[in-house]
Amino acid sequence: MRVALMVTCVNDAMFPETGKAVVTLLRRLGVEVDFPAAQTCCAQPMVNTGYLDEAVPVVRTFVDAFAGYDAIVTPSGSCAGSARHQHGIVAKRSGDAGLVKAVAETSPKTYELTEFLVDVLGVTDVGAYFPHRVTYHPTCHSLRMLGVGDRPRQLLEQVRGIRLTDLPAAEECCGFGGTFAVKNADTSIAMGADKARHVRESGAEVLVAGDNSCLMHIGGVLSRQRSGVRVMHLAEILASTEDAGVPA
Amino acid sequence: MSGTFVGMPAFPSAAKAALGDTQLRHNLAHATGVIRAKRAKLVEEVEENLGWEDLRLAGAAVKDRALRDLGDNLEQLEAALTAAGATVHWARDAAEANAVVIEVAKRHQVDEVVKVKSMVTGEIGLNEALEAEGIAAWETDLAEIIVQLGHDLPSHILVPAIHRNRAEIREIFLREMGKVGRPAPADLTDEPAALAAAAREHLREKFLRAKVAVSGANFAVADSGTLVVVESEGNGRMCLTLPEVLVSVVGIEKVVPTWAELDPLLRLLPRSSTGERMNPYTSTWTGVTPGDGPQEVHVVLLDNGRTRALADEVGRQALRCIRCSACLNVCPVYERAGGHAYGSVYPGPIGAILNPLLKGTGDAQTDSLPYASSLCGACFEACPVRIDIPEVLVHLRAQVVDGHREDTVPKLEAVAFKGAAYALSDAKRLTLAEKGSGLAGRVLSRFGRTTLPGGRKAAGRIPGPGAAKWTSARDLPAPPAESFRAWWKRTDGGKDGG
Repeated sequence: MRVALMVTCVNDAMFPETGKAVVTLLRRLGVEVDFPAAQTCCAQPMVNTGYLDEAVPVVRTFVDAFAGYDAIVTPSGSCAGSARHQHGIVAKRSGDAGLVKAVAETSPKTYELTEFLVDVLGVTDVGAYFPHRVTYHPTCHSLRMLGVGDRPRQLLEQVRGIRLTDLPAAEECCGFGGTFAVKNADTSIAMGADKARHVRESGAEVLVAGDNSCLMHIGGVLSRQRSGVRVMHLAEILASTEDAGVPA
Repeated sequence: MSGTFVGMPAFPSAAKAALGDTQLRHNLAHATGVIRAKRAKLVEEVEENLGWEDLRLAGAAVKDRALRDLGDNLEQLEAALTAAGATVHWARDAAEANAVVIEVAKRHQVDEVVKVKSMVTGEIGLNEALEAEGIAAWETDLAEIIVQLGHDLPSHILVPAIHRNRAEIREIFLREMGKVGRPAPADLTDEPAALAAAAREHLREKFLRAKVAVSGANFAVADSGTLVVVESEGNGRMCLTLPEVLVSVVGIEKVVPTWAELDPLLRLLPRSSTGERMNPYTSTWTGVTPGDGPQEVHVVLLDNGRTRALADEVGRQALRCIRCSACLNVCPVYERAGGHAYGSVYPGPIGAILNPLLKGTGDAQTDSLPYASSLCGACFEACPVRIDIPEVLVHLRAQVVDGHREDTVPKLEAVAFKGAAYALSDAKRLTLAEKGSGLAGRVLSRFGRTTLPGGRKAAGRIPGPGAAKWTSARDLPAPPAESFRAWWKRTDGGKDGG
């Protein structure tokens, strides 16, 4: 099985540790992962702001970079959702039959990390160790667009040393929403403040989620509030072991 | 605020004002929370018996059938209504619909009408049109009375006064009822039962006096010519049965092909709206029944942008809407910004798509609506007729952007996205951009004063478009010195030591 890592533009530029954690984790599970260097972005920022023409060359770059792989794995529910549900819309808009065909190849092969682990590899115990009190925020696109269900929870429950606490109103949006966070900053911040309050109420030391973009927003509010709660991508918890230690 | 949504600012600034109203935030969070919980319990109950998803699919299918053959269904409805003694009027827009109601009222020489709660008469501004002709329109739905007496605007589809709490309602009743009819008792308390009793006394004299009533309809059955109104209080039924003349304004998308097809819709609607298995009052009437109820019945079939929405291949699904308001009650944006921020009688997620679909995009207020969403998808999940609201929102955002493609001076945002598309369609260009952000990151890591839990440096408040809005309440992590792709290249994917 040829497996490609789609690291996402946000992780590439802002959260490289998450990409490294996915590589570490998959190697430990016996999966050799490629990083096609031609990859850039899934084009979701353009699509969700209404810039469909601008999304076309980005989607073209995506399908060129990932052509021929059996699985495209990404540590982002939102970007996986974009590849699976929006690339077809962009390709249709381009009027390019070749792009429509290429998208039909790559879209169904794109997996969010927990889907790949649980459904394709069939594992829930990935041998991780993380001795902290953790609460999990199910990000909207992983929850409602992809339907990852309780896969992240199944994986977290098998982590040695972890203490999972419940997040009140967990399924409510954190208010990030891509350009919504800036275009409707006041509403976004009001939603983020409520999410941060619930995170504090959970009593967790670490907030974990499958999307760093949402975590950047919630974490930004938690930091401004001097809450002392750390945010981490799920991949980094799953990658950490007793031997290698917990990532800094 | 009073009486009109005309001239409302775009969503972000209207929402900003609402976010500062702590009473509003509290009222909305409480009320939507209560309805959400009631609905969830009943959905679970249906799920155990016959399957909620199957019922949603059945409801959506009925509305799709109705819309696919809309022309035929409407002609059948007209024929059935006419055969049953009703007079059918066709209205292309608000002005034509209002003119019909005014003409009927004037012919009967009345200076007042009583009204059943209806969204569509709010959409066409009927009350204001009647008032301009010296005809008072009395709202009779409890929540609508609160809005009308408070010189306020509706903020919710089902519960137009959801933004008011009972203490505020008591004050409005005491202050305003006496000006337009029977006053509220001087010792009125804020107990719900006492407030309802005051409204009942106030309304009773209006019901007994009125010669003409105006209603909308939840459904219009084509094969039988039957209109259906679903309500909780019985005030609607008073309007529908006591006056001699009844005028019903009905959007053309309300048509349902057959009586039997009402079945899934009447099961979906109360569960999704009030969180009840069945609503207390479902009134159905077919034209004129001699000697019983109104003896002169008019039905105004209104387009007002519906055929425009129908022509939109992605957007037409919004016409399936049965106005239950489940999407409002689950929407995190609505819960915080409130209904007024949407500048329409149709607020919330459905309003964010319905208003642009009915009116067309192009003005700043309408164009702001498709962006009034974080695209969290809770609305689609809750919608009883499976309207994929996030899909339509994104589709309408593209319409908004496309409407500005010929601008001589492009918006800053458009320039930014052109630049982003350029950088993101070639990995070499992206690598270059990341080198720049890595440099910024190194500077920030050295001099930044904010440290995130875990040790990473972050930026506090920084200026610039976008950045200032982000950092007004959120710290921004410093970019890493090395991007993932640079690390991968340097270490051969971590094999040469990470």
